[in-house]
Amino acid sequence: MTDEAQHAAAVSPEQALGWYRQMVHIRKFEEKVVELSGRGLVSGSTHPCIAQEAVSVGCISALNAEDLVLATYRGHGTFLARGGDPKAAMAEILCRETGCCKGKGGSMHLCDPDIGFLGTNAIVAAHIPIASGVALANQLKKTNRVTLCLFGDGASCEGAFYETLNMVALWKVPVVLVCENNGYAISVPVKKSLSVPEIATRAQGFDMPGISIDGNDIAEVYETTRRAVERAREGGGPTLIECRTVRWERHSALSAGFYESREERKRWQVVDPIPRFRTVLTGQMAVQASVLEEIEQEAEEAAEDAAEFAIRSPLTGTAQLEQDIFA
Amino acid sequence: MREITYSQAINEAIREEMRRDPDIVLLGQDIGVYGGTFGVYRGLCEEFGEDRVRDGPLSEAATAGFGIGLAVAGMRAIVEIEFMDFSPLILDAVANQASKMRYFFGGKVKVPLVLRMPSASKLGLGAQHSQSLESWFMHTPGLLIAMPSTPYDAKGLLKTAVRQDNPVIFIEHVRLYATKGEVPGEEYRLPFGSARIVREGSDVTVVAIAMMVQEAVQAAGELEKEGISVEIIDPRTLAPLDGETIVESVKKTGRMVVTHEAYRTAGVGAEIGQVALEGAFDYLVAPIRRVAGKDQPIPAGPLQDEVFPDRDKLAAAIRDLMEEG
Repeated sequence: MTDEAQHAAAVSPEQALGWYRQMVHIRKFEEKVVELSGRGLVSGSTHPCIAQEAVSVGCISALNAEDLVLATYRGHGTFLARGGDPKAAMAEILCRETGCCKGKGGSMHLCDPDIGFLGTNAIVAAHIPIASGVALANQLKKTNRVTLCLFGDGASCEGAFYETLNMVALWKVPVVLVCENNGYAISVPVKKSLSVPEIATRAQGFDMPGISIDGNDIAEVYETTRRAVERAREGGGPTLIECRTVRWERHSALSAGFYESREERKRWQVVDPIPRFRTVLTGQMAVQASVLEEIEQEAEEAAEDAAEFAIRSPLTGTAQLEQDIFA
Repeated sequence: MREITYSQAINEAIREEMRRDPDIVLLGQDIGVYGGTFGVYRGLCEEFGEDRVRDGPLSEAATAGFGIGLAVAGMRAIVEIEFMDFSPLILDAVANQASKMRYFFGGKVKVPLVLRMPSASKLGLGAQHSQSLESWFMHTPGLLIAMPSTPYDAKGLLKTAVRQDNPVIFIEHVRLYATKGEVPGEEYRLPFGSARIVREGSDVTVVAIAMMVQEAVQAAGELEKEGISVEIIDPRTLAPLDGETIVESVKKTGRMVVTHEAYRTAGVGAEIGQVALEGAFDYLVAPIRRVAGKDQPIPAGPLQDEVFPDRDKLAAAIRDLMEEG
């Protein structure tokens, strides 16, 4: 039995299918975004989370409805995993007035407080203390809500990350910090940026748990996050979870330049979490292939619907330009 | 009317607001039992407890980020930066986060955050504890900026700042903390974007910022004996800036000097001068002058006096200006 199959053994078929559905929906959505970007419809660039879906879905599915999430510019998957409306997301990415942020944030700024999603941020690591402040507010108000913050391996090199680790550990802030270590900060591989490659070890110096896991094993991501969330909710303080994953072939849809070898660029296909989990579903869980094909078809259609909705929506107009600067 | 110090006025404003609103939290360093680097928070920790008057590590960047997080989550944070010279450490939180977050999230969040920071000058503390860096913030849309020069303005503006649902940069001055002034005991708040005409005059308009307001008052007293009538305007807030009051004054006097302790080049005086130029060009009888800090690192020791403007330098500039036209 593979590790993956072992981790999935404790999961109900409903939950497993739900994960698969979410991951496939995110994948189809992102593929559609890349396609629209190629057609010149996406404003600026966009940073797909292709191959990292298991992190978004696994950890966010470990939260309660009232918990909170903050994530990064590679964050479409987190928004969708939290239950964000794909049409509103696609419209935002295409800067349409029907976008979740009225088309003024774009691909890197998705937000919907109604579902506890307090936004994606485009300054690396800047949202880690912000998420922790959100968690501190909930600690002070004794709400029992936990805040989940996702960020990349690049963020683990920023000062804001270390300052925050110290403060959340010191104050036992109810935050779960999930580092998506996809191996690259734009073009710089972790071997050129990290003195100690295992990011989870950073936690030791702050006397908080640090756990490194296979981020493409969704059941493991879920279970690890679930325990960290429980610990935070009970007043045990923060946890750092490093999800080792692999990035899609480029930093962004518009990225120029080459990184390592051609093999390296295609590495994500080898560890792609979706076919891996599909094998678990059709194998030990004995799910019919037709059920999965139906999900895949439905995801394809949802992505197409989101794209159509966005394209049909008007571009955000001048009337919005000076709105929302001050409250 | 009773007189209290600038420092007491700030303390009162925060104390009153914290009594009114249990969601206000103070973050910073040395703000607990120590009462703040300059004693502004004296007694607050005792009254409101360590949860709400939260001493933290020397991590300014993360502290500012925590403040934003508290604000976004529905509380109100007041973050103290011990010297304005340390504000570069929080620039990302201010310039890329707090000031833009409401906008890039399409109005879905509010950021009720006050960042208090004192500028200093002439304390002999040298290059890293003597700067006025307000123009960095004025160059950032999405912020409100106050820079009060009296206890009355400090209390009234701070109470307004704390009730804002927007990020506010509140710039105090270390050498003003001990100065006294009349402050009513009853509740009042002052609007942002409303300059104060400190002194009326007819020959020249002096727009003075923070510490330079009282220097300008001294200079104007001297010049009056020489028959030069000086009007002094304290903008009180830099964002929004009350350009109208400045322009109206320049239309009346035809001459203008802007004075601040901050570096001259790209200082707020350049912006304020341009506002006057655009609004009152036809009324000017002489070029607009700036009496500001020298564009160089600030030395420790007595040499520091040479880099800062003062009443004498200001008076000399006004005399020159009067001779020009």
